[in-house]
Amino acid sequence: MRISSDQDVCTGAGQCVLTEPGVFAQDARGVVELRTDRAEGELMPKVRQAVFICPSGALSVEED
Amino acid sequence: MLNLDPEEVAGLPRYPVGRRCPYEIPEIYTRLRAEEPVSKVVMSDGQPVWFLSRYEDVRAVLSDPRFSADRLADGFPNLALGQREGLSKQPKFMISMDGAEHSAARRRVISDFSVRRVAELTPMVQKLVDDCIDRILDLPQPVDLVAELALPVPTLLLAELVGADHADHAYFIDLVHRMLWRKTSGEERVQISIGLRKYFDDLIAEKEANPGDDIISRQIAFQREENGEVDREGLNSLAQLLLIAGYESSASMIALGVHTFLTRPEWLETIRKDPAKTPVAVEELLRFYSILDVAAGRVALADVEIGGVTIRTGDGVLASVFAANRDPAAFPDPDRLNLERGARHHVAFGYGPHQCLGQNLSRLELQIVFDTLFERIPTLRPAVDEADLPFKYDALAFGLYELPVVW
Ligand code: HEM
Ligand code: SF4
Repeated sequence: MRISSDQDVCTGAGQCVLTEPGVFAQDARGVVELRTDRAEGELMPKVRQAVFICPSGALSVEED
Repeated sequence: MLNLDPEEVAGLPRYPVGRRCPYEIPEIYTRLRAEEPVSKVVMSDGQPVWFLSRYEDVRAVLSDPRFSADRLADGFPNLALGQREGLSKQPKFMISMDGAEHSAARRRVISDFSVRRVAELTPMVQKLVDDCIDRILDLPQPVDLVAELALPVPTLLLAELVGADHADHAYFIDLVHRMLWRKTSGEERVQISIGLRKYFDDLIAEKEANPGDDIISRQIAFQREENGEVDREGLNSLAQLLLIAGYESSASMIALGVHTFLTRPEWLETIRKDPAKTPVAVEELLRFYSILDVAAGRVALADVEIGGVTIRTGDGVLASVFAANRDPAAFPDPDRLNLERGARHHVAFGYGPHQCLGQNLSRLELQIVFDTLFERIPTLRPAVDEADLPFKYDALAFGLYELPVVW
């Protein structure tokens, strides 16, 4: 799957980082930063969970 | 404003609905969610508003820009008498802003609350909790853990965050504690709020002269860089917001959490053996107690359909995070406290752009308190029966007034 994030929308709650720190991080400003824009296998449910939990709608995925 | 004839208003359920049991959600929440998930209730000042009780609808409203968080707007559900009058005298808090104004204000502070930043605060929070426990161990028993742990930890933490001078700690803590004390009179409250404003004003002046490693100093530097001057009023209201939003709520969760573990030895055993389970338990405690059911009020800026009902422009809305967190459509067997549930999609911290700024700090604080307290005082136990504990059934934030313990 392909992951995208919208830094202008992110409100920095960090829910994505808590859900999957291997994919999501926060930059020095506290705004979401993707460590990778692709996820496979075991990571996919985690990423979907992060998209669902993110309070601001900053995250989205496109399934392959 | 939802316009109804007086007769219809008279027949509506009242809000807030007092809890009668620490664990059970009032029956009306469950009934409304099942029968009329978008229903009308009447606030204590007589205003009818919409009450949302389904997880899906609560998230929909809290993430929809057509609902405003402006606590001064006509139609906004008024939770406490005097709330509007009190707020109108302050510069606007971030929690009352919408859209671009809100995101600009929040953007300036989120770096101080990111997951990484909060993790860096671990040693400071650990020390603060250890100091409180040192003092507790020297006290005659029984000890009230609300007074000696649940209240001091968030207060001291806030003082650290804003860089309050240690010399003034005692004064600051005294002000804050009197602010929450249920017997404090209205007049005293006015004095306390003047005192706090003055305290933060002095603090800001001090940080302008001698910057430190704290939120206030970073905001000052940021503002100077951005427009060459310091917005002292804005900084004062930021400090006050962090205090108001973070203090009672954290204290409540600490007290309820400690009580929960003490009365459920099997869970206590579980986190003692494996502290990796504590964060999971913390999420469930947040969901289960949903102490700030009243936090997420909104007012409609347009006609919006929610759950098949049209909410009209200007109508007040209460998105019940308590009802949402007990919605069987989102959490199987929702009324059971299951500290291993591992569900992080609860809305105890709200949802949408206003979702709690301090959530990661709260998580850290709760984890450290639970892990440290039961490790350092392994024989800790309640000093009174649960039936005799003073739960905060009458307060806007659910919690405990006192929690006497012995060891
Ligand atoms: C367990 C403790 C806490 C709970 C249950 C809690 C709950 C909430 C909720 C439900 C909201 C959303 C209000 C809305 O949607 O209108 C909120 C917002 C907020 N909280 Fe917390 N909170 C807690 C602790 C804290 C702490 C420790 C701090 C700060 C140090 C804090 C700072 C804030 C701020 C600044 C906002 C407003 C954010 C915004 O408007 O963008 N909270 N909190
Ligand atoms: S969960 Fe959403 S709002 Fe929070 S940091 Fe991640 S992307 Fe930003």
